[in-house]
Parts: sequence; structure tokens; C-alpha cells
Amino acid sequence: MFETLTLFENSIVAVLLLCVAVSIIGSLMLINRYGYIAASIAHGSYGGIGLALYFGFSILLGTTLFAIFLALLLAIITYKNPQRKDTLIGVIWAVGMSIGIVFVDLTPGYNANLMSFLFGDILMVPKEDLVFMGVVDTLLIIFVVFFYNRLLAIAYDRDFAYLRGINVKFFHFLTLFLIALTVVMSIRSVGLILIIALFSIPPFIAERFTNSLKSMILLSGILCLIFCFTGLYLSYILNISATAAIILVSAVAFSISFIKAKR
Amino acid sequence: MKKQIAIEVKNLFFKYDKEYILEDINLKIYENEYIAIIGPNGGGKTTFLKLLLGLLTPTKGSIKVYDKPPSRYKTSIGYLPQRVNFNLDMPISVKDIVLQGRLNSKKLFYEKEDYKKCDQILEKLDLKDLKERKISQLSGGQRQKILLARALVSEPKILILDEPTASIDIKGQKEIYKILKELELTKIVVSHDIKILFEGIDRVAYINRKLFMHENPNFGLKPAEGHFCEMELFDYLRKNSDV
Ligand SMILES: Nc1ncnc2c1ncn2[C@@H]1O[C@H](COP(=O)(O)OP(=O)(O)OP(=O)(O)O)[C@@H](O)[C@H]1O
Ligand SMILES: [Mg+2]
Repeated sequence: MFETLTLFENSIVAVLLLCVAVSIIGSLMLINRYGYIAASIAHGSYGGIGLALYFGFSILLGTTLFAIFLALLLAIITYKNPQRKDTLIGVIWAVGMSIGIVFVDLTPGYNANLMSFLFGDILMVPKEDLVFMGVVDTLLIIFVVFFYNRLLAIAYDRDFAYLRGINVKFFHFLTLFLIALTVVMSIRSVGLILIIALFSIPPFIAERFTNSLKSMILLSGILCLIFCFTGLYLSYILNISATAAIILVSAVAFSISFIKAKR
Repeated sequence: MKKQIAIEVKNLFFKYDKEYILEDINLKIYENEYIAIIGPNGGGKTTFLKLLLGLLTPTKGSIKVYDKPPSRYKTSIGYLPQRVNFNLDMPISVKDIVLQGRLNSKKLFYEKEDYKKCDQILEKLDLKDLKERKISQLSGGQRQKILLARALVSEPKILILDEPTASIDIKGQKEIYKILKELELTKIVVSHDIKILFEGIDRVAYINRKLFMHENPNFGLKPAEGHFCEMELFDYLRKNSDV
């Protein structure tokens, strides 16, 4: 369905799909305080890229499987206390990246552009990725619409949600699994290094101005769109990297909201 | 008529790490009894409640709630935790918190009945003006009352409250005691407020690693007589407990 799009139109679609994921996963990450876990999955999944290059299978497949593997590992480690900044989370982060670096080094004649995995390029998102992003977004929307009440209760008070008969463990695993898919779908456009910034800033600002998770998700989505299109525009007129421009625009908005809130 | 046993605890031992926090606890709580639990900080009161709820598992011994393990009975218990590990900025309204008491593993969305019960309990606790407010904008006492509403809205068979009157003013405490006194169900309330002993409880348990049950909840003292102070009563209980 995306065959007839130009590169520019591609990037518009990518931004829209990205912002859906940012609004949902970013908000869930923030209210559950999963930021550190998500960062660990994002950076660690570089291991998947290294393995895919070395063994010669699709990078999308390699990163997906590896990121899911890390998410499950982290879900087991963090289930009892998701807010704990366990050293193990940091170790997984570092080991994942090291595996990536080692296998990229070992890959003979490897000359693809590594920078694009680290920093991404929203102007160069291939059409297959758009399909993948669409699938992940659909899953995220279903997840948040049907399980809205459960997700909210768990984020607010896990013990209480458990007492009401909610399977807290299942949702912990499922949320981390979806974070992994989201990380993978965003790598090409945002890059490993900048994913966490993009997923954190819009929900962080939205949280202060809303009084329900629903409105937080909607406002994060809108903020994400504003930041992305402003960033794209700046990158076009100043001829700078689009992703970096988006992050910088977000950071400026973040600082303004922070200063306002402190007053 | 023989009273039905709601909760039965036998030879309960519990430790988080090396040291036992609770030792050899034996206890029967009957249906519709109103039990107060007092004891020093770190005595193990919260731990004990979490064991009754199935949030923790005994190291040794057994707990039965209506002859079932706590985890099988938990949805019929209303619980007010001592503190919610909560993110101050989390965007959630009073209504959304109270509705959590109506969550249920069988349905995904709240129904008319759930909203109705939520309104009723907010009305009863005089919270209905706060219904749409964001929780982070409320005072500590108001938050505590909202958690009480959340515990009651499920119409539980057993109520387990961990310091419901903490950070609530005297007037609010009186209101809460009055509401609790009128409720017809099994009630277990942890409190640091000795006034609870004069609010219609049936028995008082003192927990400090061990549990001592006192059948006479206030030892015949009356608050109005003015010849006791909280410390004295507390000391009295402690001396008569650490046998
Ligand atoms: N998660 C935990 N891990 C290890 N030790 C714990 C944990 N929770 C509580 N403890 C310890 O268990 C003991 C009993 O704690 P508990 O919270 O049950 O006391 P409490 O009687 O409720 O005290 P308070 O009146 O202060 O609420 C304390 O010594 C505490 O340090
Ligand atoms: Mg306690």
C-alpha cells in the first residue's frame, strides 16, 4: 500500500506511525517508570544487529528476536520490583551492545552504514519498515484500548491490582514485549541512541497538563507530531540531520515546560 | 450459635531475609468481628496484613480465609495500603482511583453499576466534589479517604485497613471511625491512633514480632476520664503483651 510514495511522503507516514507509538509506549513507560528498562532494551538490541550481520539474516528479524529476548530477560529480573535500578539491567544494556560491536567487527567486508542504526534517519525509512510500524501500532492501540483500566490500575498500585484478580505478571511481560517491538520499529527512523529521548519527552510534558492517562496519551501524540514536523522543517531549511533536529526541538520544549513548572 | 471463623492463622512464621519478623502467630478472627491492631514501628503489622492478603507467603505455618488460601479469597477483601508507591505527577483522577476497586478479571470495561457504586461511596465519604480532580492536587488526608473509598467500593466481605487515619485531622478521624463502626463486615484495622480502642472494636491485637490478643479492648478505661494518656496505655499493653 506504500508503493507509490516518494521518499518525502514516506517520512511523513513514518512520523505519523512513530508518534502513535511514542504516545502509547512513552506514556506507559513514564507512568510505570520503565525508562531504564526500555533504555536497556534499546541499547542492548544492538546485539541483534551484530548477530544478523554476522550470520547473514535480515537485520529487522535479528533485532526483533534479540530485543524480544532481552525484554523477556528483563521482565524476569524486574518483575518483583520494576522501579529498582538493578545493576543487572545495566549489565544487559552493556553486554547487548558489546555483542553487537564484536559481531559487527567480525563480519567480513562489512560496509553498511552503522551510523544509521545508531542515529537513525527519518528521511530514509524503507517501505517494509512502514508496514512493520503499522503492525506494531495496531497492536499497541488494541493493547491500550482493551486493557486501559488494567494498565492504569497496575501503574498506580500493583498490589491492589493483583488483589482485584488482575494478572500483574502477564501485563508486565506483555508491556516489556511491546516496548521491545516499539524499539525495533523505531530504530531505522530515530536510531538506538535517540529513541529514549523521543519516547520520554512528549509524555513527560503531557503528564503535567492532563488528569487522565487517556488525555496524556493524546497530548503526547500531538506534541510528538509538533516536535517531529518542526524538526523536519528545521532540518530542511538548515540542512542538518532530521532526527537530531527533532530531539533538539523536543529538548527545548522540555526545558520550557520544566522551567514553567518550577515557577 | 457458634460464630463462623473468617480467618484462621496457625503457627505462622515469616522472614524477609535472615531474621524472623513474625513468630509463631496463632489467631482466629470471626465473621463480623472488628479487630484493631497496634504495635511499635517495625513491629510487623503491615507485614502481617500482607500475609493475610496473600501478597506475601508465610515462611512457615498456614493462613486460611474461609478455609481457602488468601490468594483464592483476595477479591472479596477490601484493602487500604499504608502507602501507595505512587508517582506524584501521575495523571489519574479521584474517580479513576476509586473505580479500581471495581476491577475484576472477568470484564475489561467498567459498567453502569460500577460508576453508580463509585458515586455512592464518594457521596458517603463526602468526596464527591473531588471526583474529577487530579490526585496530585489533593492533600494527604484527602488521598487517604480516597483509598478508603477504593477499599469499600467493591463491597468486600472483609476489610483490611493499614492506618486509615494517618494524616487525617481529628474531625476526619471521627468520621472514619463512625463509618467503620456502622459497617457490618469483618474489619481489621492497623492504627497508631489509640482512640480507635474506644470506637466499638471487639478485640485488640498487639504485634511486635509476636502477636498478643487482648479480649478487653480498652481495659475498662474511658477516654473521657482523663486519667490515662496514650503512652501509659501503650506501655500497659506492651507490658501485658511481652510475656
Ligand atoms: N520488603 C521488605 N524487605 C525486607 N524487610 C522488610 C520489608 N518490609 C518490611 N521489612 C522489615 O520488616 C519489619 C516489619 O515491617 P512492617 O512494615 O511490617 O512494620 P509495621 O509494624 O507496619 O511498622 P509501621 O508502624 O512503621 O508501619 C521491619 O523491621 C522492616 O524493616
Ligand atoms: Mg506498617
